[in-house]
This record gives sequence, structure tokens and C-alpha cells, in this order.
Amino acid sequence: MNAEARYQKRSILLLLYIAFALLPIYWMVNMSFKTNEEILSSFSLLPQHFTWDNYKVIFTDESWYSGYINSLIYVAINTVISVTVALPAAYAFSRYSFLGDKHIFFWLLTNRMTPPAVFLLPFFQLYTTVGLMDTHIAVAMAHLLFNVPLAVWILEGFMSGIPREIDETAYIDGYTFPRFFLTIFVPLIKAGVGVAAFFCFMFSWVELLLARTLTSVNAKPIVATMTRTVSASGMDWAVLAAAGTLTIVPGAIVIWFVRHYIAKGFAMGRV
Amino acid sequence: MSTTTKPVNQKAWLLILPVLLCVAFSAILPLMTVVNYSVQDIISPERRVFVGTEWFASVMRDEDLHAALWNQLRFSLAVLAVEIPLGIALALAMPAQGWKASATLVIVALSLLIPWNVVGTIWQIFGRADIGLMGAALAGLGIEYSYTGDATQAWLTVLLMDVWHWTPLVALLCYAGLRSIPDAYYQAARIDGASKFAVFRYIQLPKMRGVLMIAVLLRFMDSFMIYTEPFVLTGGGPGNATTFLSQYLTQKAVGQFDLGPAAAFSLIYFLIILLFCFVLYNWMQRVGTADKEGVE
Repeated sequence: MNAEARYQKRSILLLLYIAFALLPIYWMVNMSFKTNEEILSSFSLLPQHFTWDNYKVIFTDESWYSGYINSLIYVAINTVISVTVALPAAYAFSRYSFLGDKHIFFWLLTNRMTPPAVFLLPFFQLYTTVGLMDTHIAVAMAHLLFNVPLAVWILEGFMSGIPREIDETAYIDGYTFPRFFLTIFVPLIKAGVGVAAFFCFMFSWVELLLARTLTSVNAKPIVATMTRTVSASGMDWAVLAAAGTLTIVPGAIVIWFVRHYIAKGFAMGRV
Repeated sequence: MSTTTKPVNQKAWLLILPVLLCVAFSAILPLMTVVNYSVQDIISPERRVFVGTEWFASVMRDEDLHAALWNQLRFSLAVLAVEIPLGIALALAMPAQGWKASATLVIVALSLLIPWNVVGTIWQIFGRADIGLMGAALAGLGIEYSYTGDATQAWLTVLLMDVWHWTPLVALLCYAGLRSIPDAYYQAARIDGASKFAVFRYIQLPKMRGVLMIAVLLRFMDSFMIYTEPFVLTGGGPGNATTFLSQYLTQKAVGQFDLGPAAAFSLIYFLIILLFCFVLYNWMQRVGTADKEGVE
């Protein structure tokens, strides 16, 4: 098979996947411009009675749009803390051996292995005791439980791909550890930092159970506000679809900003 | 974590200290509470009776649990079998630079960003034969499709939804891993006249090992704890076709308010995931190390 044909085969796979990835999203956006009656009564590829009403509900009701703001605040806090504490730790795991290193490394990941349902009550009690209930910090802290291990693992994977000679050369050249780490090493694993930051953002953004349990009014996240659309009078499909469409936007912006870090990756020329 | 010899340096502890503090605060106290619940009969917050391992024994004997566990295992293995190869193939197919790379990155990541309850809701409509795109398309092809009526189709729909939702995670990790391979490796391979497959097998795959390991473990443990999406889509039915472990657990913890048995159950649940992840992790470590020795 020549290169041209192989390239085409890849493009076809990619196009097929993109179609598959976009169809349910297209359907969600489609629903968000319909009324509930139209969603449930007929099948149509485009809204027959186009309406902005569902978006109006979200943008005019403070309890709706403040959900987005609350979510963004705790997600941002969480992402920054996760990546900041994970960077030095991942470096330690990838470069040195020390007492209990392998055990701690694996233990970190075990924190992601517990179904959250049963942790809700203990978390509620813990955060009530320390007086952090219904604050952005509480949710950000709770989400560290699953995001920090993830960030450490992702960053360690990328750091281990960097030859150790680079560190040694830098130390011989008289670099101190902080200076070497921030000016040489971190730029080398930009792709890893980008991916880790995006995944921390994503997992914190979509998490529902903990965020809902730890907040009531002041820090109520959008995912919890959304559960309102399910009520005794039935589902409000259209508003849920509009809210779902809007939840994609911040994450899409984040990945747009980190895309260069992910796509460019390793640049040998810099060293 | 690579197994090659690294210099011993106990000061590295200082570098991991912030991580330990962050995680321990959120992990250890709640875990202790759960262990505490699992050995008590909690009649009310004031009245508690120590029951020892009784809850553990009764959970282990539970027939429904065995069914849910089996269902869960089949599902998680199917998830890995589809999403890992598809994710790798996607990562290889995604353009490396230019606006196309940016556009594909954003599009591929979209499904990850939708809250899980919305994912279930969208697929609920999406799959309906009368008003949903997929349901209507399948009906148009003459396939009698109903995710609420047919057990196999319900199971496959949940799997398809998971593939749609989570393959991007594997793809993005692998893509970033591929992008961090220095050009020098490819140039050396070109000089040696290595085939496309050889480049994949001896350069790309070993270099992706770290991220691939994370992808496999993450997908395994997250699919093992899948709850919101199938719950919203099918409610566990028809019958028990899509009742997975965590749904069964939540029924116990929230529905019946049996805190003791639910805590015992979740500890067993945790140990099962831990066991599988440990086996997977060690196996992938060994394969990776054998690879390295083979090449060098």
C-alpha cells in the first residue's frame, strides 16, 4: 500500500469517527432550539418552530446562570491546585527511588477506585465539621481526591519519556533545581501539562454527586441545577438540552487554549 | 512508573508531600468512616450495634450481586476491547499540526465535557425510533430497534454510548503521547527503512506505554463504576440487563438506607477494582519491560 492510500484510509476513519462524535451533539443542539411538544411529538432534522426560549430561561434566571459561574470557580481552583502539586511529585516518581515510592504511586490511583455514592455521607460530615460547607473551596478540595492522582499519573508518564541525560546536563551546567524544572523541564512536557490540565478540568466539571452534596445555594454547580429539569410534571427536555449545550462551551474554550501544548509536544531544539 | 534503576534520594519525599497532604485530607477520614459503618448496624445515629463481619458475609452470599458483578465484568472488558484500539487508531489518524489538528482536537474532546446525566438524557431521545436520530435511522434500515424492550440491544446501546463518551479520553492521551516523540526517532527509522508497522510497534507503542497504561486503568476503573449514564438511559432494564454494580450499590445505600451493608459492599467493590487494576498494572509493566530489553 502506498503512502497516499494509507493517508486516505486514515482520513476516512477520522471522518467517520467525527461524524459519530458529532451526531448526538447535533441532536442535543437541535433539541435545544425546539419546544418540549415538538421534541416529543415529531421527528425533524431541524427545528420546525425555531425558538430561543430555552436559552432565555437560562440567561435570565440567576439560579441558572450562577450555576455556571460557581462551577467555573471551583473547577479553576481545582485544576490549578491539582497540576501545581502534581508537577513536583510526578518528577520525584519519575526520577528518584525512595522509601515506599512504588506503593505510594499505586495508592494514589486507588483513590479513584471507590464509587462516590457511599462517600457522600462521610464527606458531608467532614466538611460540615471544618465549616466549609457550601463553599467553592469545599468542592475544589473534594475533587482533588480524584484529580491529583490522575495528574500525577499523566505527568509521570510524560516525564519518564524525557531522557535523564537532560537533567544531568542541566545540573552540570550549574542550574538549580527550581530553575531547571521551570525553565527547561516543564516546557519539555508541555503536552503532558496540557492534557493533565484538560482532564482535571473535565472530571471536575462533570462531577455531580460530590458537588451536589457539598453545596446548597452559594456554590451550587450547574450540574446540580440541571437536575431541576426533572420534576413531578415531567422532564423539561428542551431546557436540559440548552443547558447541556452551554456546558460544552467552557471546556471547548479550555481545549482551544491548550491545543498547541498538546499538538506540538516535544521540541528537541530547545535544549 | 518505569522499573529501570533510579538514584535513591529520600529527599524526593519533600516533592511528593503536597500531593500526600491534598489527597490524604479527602481520602483517609472518609475511608475510615466507611470502614466504621461496615461493621455496625446503624438503626439511628444514636443507636448502633457492632456486628463484626456479618454484613460482609451477607453481601458475599447475595445472588443479585453475583449477577451484577458478572454483568459489570463483561461490560468493562467490552469497553476496553473497543475503546483502546479505537483510541489508538484515532490518535494515529489525527493530523499533527495546522488548523485541522486544532479542529479535530476540539471536536474529539466535546463528548467528554457533557455532564453525565445529560449524556444519558440525550441518548434517551437520540435512540428513540419515533423522535431520535439514531432510532429513526435504524428503523429506516429495517432494524427493529428498542433500547427499552430488548435486553441485548439495551446492553449494546449502553456500550455504544460509553464508546461515544469515553473513546476521546484514550485518543487524547495517546495523541499527546505520540506528539512527544522526538523527530529524531522517526528519522532514524526512515534511514533504517523501517516499515510503518515496525515504526508503530518499536517506536510509537513503547513511547505511548506510559499514557496507554493510564488510559487502560482509567477506562477500566471508571467503566467499573459506571452509574449515571445507564441509570438515566435505561434505569437498569429491561429486566436487569443493564444493572451494573454501582447501581445495585446505590439502591442499597440510598434506596433502602442500609448504611452498614452498603459500606461493606463498597469495600468489597473497591477491593475487586483494586485487584483487577493491580493485575493489569503489573502485567503492563512486565510487557513494557520485556519490550525494552528486546529493543536495547
